[in-house]
Amino acid sequence: MDSSTTHSSRTAQALEPRNPGMDLDLDWVRGLQANTSAIERRAATLPGRRSVKKDYQAAWLARAISCIDLTTLAGDDTAGRVARLCAKARQPVRADILDAIGLPDLTVGAVCVYHDMIEPAVAALAGSGIPVAAVSTGFPAGLSPFPLRVAEIEASVAAGAHEIDIVISRRHVLTGNWQALYDEMRAFRAACGEAHVKAILATGELGTLRNVARASVICMMAGADFIKTSTGKEGVNATLPVSLVMIRAIRDYFERTGYRVGYKPAGGISKAKDSLTYLSLIKDELGDRWLRPDLFRFGASSLLGDIERQLEHYVTGRYSVGYRHALA
Amino acid sequence: MSVSEIFETMDYGPAPESAAEALAWLVDHGSRFGHFIDGAFTAPGDGFDSRNPATGEVLATLSQATQAEVDAAVKAARRAQPGWEKLGGHGRARVLYALARLMQKHSRLLAVLETLDNGKPIREARDIDIPLAQRHFYYHAGMAQLMEAELPGREALGVCGQIIPWNFPLLMLAWKIAPALAMGNTVVLKPAEYTSLTALCFADLCRQAGVPKGVVNIVTGDGAVGERIVAHDGIDKIAFTGSTEVGRAIRIATAGSGKALTLELGGKSPYIVFDDADIDSAIEGLVDAIWFNGGQVCCAGSRLLVQEGIAEAFHTRLKARMGKLRIGDPLDKCIDVGAIVDPVQLERIKSLVDGCEGGEVFSAGQVPGAGCFYPPTLITGLHPAHALMQEEIFGPVLVSTTFRTPGEAVQLANNTRYGLAATLWSENVNLALDVAPKLAAGVVWVNGTNMFDAAAGFGGVRESGFGREGGWEGLSAYTRGTGKAKPLAKVEAFAGEGAPADPLDRTAKLYVGGKQARPDGGYSRNVWGKSGALLGQAPLANRKDIRNAVEAATGAAGWARTTGHLRAQILYYMAENLSARAGEFAARIDAMTGKRGGAAEVEASVRRLFTYAAWADKYDGAVKGVPIRGVALAMHEPVGVIGAFCADEAPLLGLVSVIAPAMAMGNRVVAVASEPFPLAATDFYQVLDTSDVPGGVVNILTGSHTELAPQLAGHLGVDAVWSFSSSDLSGVIEREAAGNLKRTWVNSGQTTDWEAAEGRAFLAQATEVKTVWVPYGE
Repeated sequence: MDSSTTHSSRTAQALEPRNPGMDLDLDWVRGLQANTSAIERRAATLPGRRSVKKDYQAAWLARAISCIDLTTLAGDDTAGRVARLCAKARQPVRADILDAIGLPDLTVGAVCVYHDMIEPAVAALAGSGIPVAAVSTGFPAGLSPFPLRVAEIEASVAAGAHEIDIVISRRHVLTGNWQALYDEMRAFRAACGEAHVKAILATGELGTLRNVARASVICMMAGADFIKTSTGKEGVNATLPVSLVMIRAIRDYFERTGYRVGYKPAGGISKAKDSLTYLSLIKDELGDRWLRPDLFRFGASSLLGDIERQLEHYVTGRYSVGYRHALA
Repeated sequence: MSVSEIFETMDYGPAPESAAEALAWLVDHGSRFGHFIDGAFTAPGDGFDSRNPATGEVLATLSQATQAEVDAAVKAARRAQPGWEKLGGHGRARVLYALARLMQKHSRLLAVLETLDNGKPIREARDIDIPLAQRHFYYHAGMAQLMEAELPGREALGVCGQIIPWNFPLLMLAWKIAPALAMGNTVVLKPAEYTSLTALCFADLCRQAGVPKGVVNIVTGDGAVGERIVAHDGIDKIAFTGSTEVGRAIRIATAGSGKALTLELGGKSPYIVFDDADIDSAIEGLVDAIWFNGGQVCCAGSRLLVQEGIAEAFHTRLKARMGKLRIGDPLDKCIDVGAIVDPVQLERIKSLVDGCEGGEVFSAGQVPGAGCFYPPTLITGLHPAHALMQEEIFGPVLVSTTFRTPGEAVQLANNTRYGLAATLWSENVNLALDVAPKLAAGVVWVNGTNMFDAAAGFGGVRESGFGREGGWEGLSAYTRGTGKAKPLAKVEAFAGEGAPADPLDRTAKLYVGGKQARPDGGYSRNVWGKSGALLGQAPLANRKDIRNAVEAATGAAGWARTTGHLRAQILYYMAENLSARAGEFAARIDAMTGKRGGAAEVEASVRRLFTYAAWADKYDGAVKGVPIRGVALAMHEPVGVIGAFCADEAPLLGLVSVIAPAMAMGNRVVAVASEPFPLAATDFYQVLDTSDVPGGVVNILTGSHTELAPQLAGHLGVDAVWSFSSSDLSGVIEREAAGNLKRTWVNSGQTTDWEAAEGRAFLAQATEVKTVWVPYGE
């Protein structure tokens, strides 16, 4: 992890003891409950219960930017395309706007790419302190041979990735093979070494919120640094109800073990207002400590554009338009 | 703080909703209001200030209605009523629809006004109160439209006096006015003196919606104005929502007046968490249960019952959640708990909590320095015997105790004089659906709380009142059967000096707990035939016999859990055994009444038993179309122990006509036989004995109706009292019923056509509608 930056949010990561995991506790797993209707009600009323306005909204939107994993995961990615994205990561918002809100050094949380794009990304981000995250383990389906999936992690770490976003084997969840899920995650974590590991649950393919809760807890038991909703490739990606289940699992894990695990909703969050709702969800359910990029990330690509327009509106009082802000 | 500082602290900051439009509306009306009578506002008179409880600022000056003003409002309503009813269902539907639409168009104005006046968070007024109020008018526009087709034989009651509380000012107005208007009634409504502004704004909308003059009248003022409405001769029905104390006073005040009455009163609703619940969701549910509207909610889940094994962890997490609640300016869009409605209420909450001995009091959150605020509070370690486990606090204060088993949870939940709502959390469908029907409450929420909808009945049992609001069941509170009743003349017993008609003495006793029992007092009276022949003796029951009969009835609670099929079989069997002895009963009736109708009466009684045997397994509940993914079940449950004074003029049919529907629906009965002609009832014991009727299900007493009425109506273990007596019992029964606010059904001195008196009217009186909300989804 690059510690050359003074960015408070990133130094915090070094201070937070890393989740070492624990033995698989099946009693805990089997006792988990998730009442879908109640969870949906909480999620549905949250946007009406929390509101941030004016200076507070600008600050919260800036915070959202600091937590973005700016992402490109397309078959047509090239070194040039990734370099462009990295430039945007360094300067996510027009300098005059950042100056106006007093946050000239604001950057995104990380850049997230496929394995082959790690090296161009690391090169483009050199000196910025922005980590590179790589999706791995046969992303997005996770159905390539297990040794290859482990080897892919090792290759990505060797290529300079600071963070590895692994995908779990959904079939282990769907068949209730919790031991297999635990062992797989353990192996992935071991392969990551010093790199932080985010466990992608692909919640849209787990069938029930109860399964989401179980998978969340098992991945944490097996040493995940982050749990993440989706690859962005499932039919349904990050939703508030799924997020509520996952962050309650994180809270439960913290209460029982004392270790803070991070949370990353990914896919489907494209509006500034949605990002505020997510931040208030994290603030209310997990607490302020989680409102930092070492413990919270948005996996998003188009979200930044909407936030840029909102920030310009905050600064100028006029509604903005996309072409006034630089492309990624 | 600068943006960069907030970037670090990540505080919420202020998010105020503007009050400008609402304040401008008040100024436009001169900030002084009269009453809304006969389609116009009266000149403001002497009155009182309406204040914003969050700031203490005066919002407007309101008028205290005088007797003359209440008279004028009632007169206007009376004048308008026939025309409004004659407008027809469709005509009324159009007006109600217009009201719904107008409330939607002015929704933010109403929401802000409500928050200013009441102190509830703008989120609640905006997202819950006002949308539900609109929904009520939409729903009842539909009821008006369907009335002629779907409610044949029902008509409007006339003029309804409606008195509503301060906790949901506009919503309670909607609950009262929408069904009343839909069914063709006109109304005189009094909002609470703390919170009258949205009612006055609604009056403004009535003019725009084309509500005819006099159909809606709104008078403001305190309890004295309420008393004037309650006592008014020109009013046909009183509907009240508020405290049990005032409800009881209204029950007493209206006793014997012939006014219809529905009461929606207080509660101490249990909130049960089983150890297999989704704990985080159950905790979040508590936020909606007891911190919704600052706990100033009649159905607030204020009594937490947690299974012992998870109690400590549950309380710990609950306290953490409480720490996240934001208390403050109700107009702030980021506030969870607003202001307490008035300093008087704040003082009441404070004194109740400060006086709490034992238990651990935990309060969370930052309370603003000024204004009427009280922090969310949890009191753990209380036992059922503690006053705070029994008394309604009506504030953001949750009390908690533990239980060991589902059975104990039900016992603790029902260990209260109230019975409004209950909540239970469990992921086990067997457990949830087993416990829900066992809870003494009008509404049960499974894995959720405080869910409301116009389609689902709401209302209580026990001292939480009677009557339902919402749904089809709510319409009976605003309609009556068509047809004119005639005054019922007192039926006198015959006197005589003759010799016994039957040379072999037959001893009639009382029938208690399935056995014949001598009367406690040891007195009997002679029963003479018309010709003066001595037909026998009938015991004179006294209050101790009432006590014994109620005890036997209470003990036969298992009858409520039998199947409709079984009850049908027993009722058919009773018919069979009665029919076998038809000649004997006919002769007895003829001998007592001196008429020739005995055979026909026995035949009608057999038919009646068949009718209710038929109904026993067919009086179905309903599944309501509520706007959630889930179901709201309207379950028909027995009322419990029903006391009944039987018709004097029909010695057998009058008895059978009350015990059969009560039995069919699973109730137990204490019936007091025809006073002048009691011997058909005493003969009937043998029919009961030979028909497999379990002991205690039917208990029959003979004696003086006027002596027994206050005893039976005053018994706190009786859940309802009916009277078809020709003695004037209506007043005393309704007055004595105030003790435990039991349901009453009295004839008010009017005749009943016993040939025809059967069916749904009786079944509705023999049942409570319990609404069980079951959201689902995996």
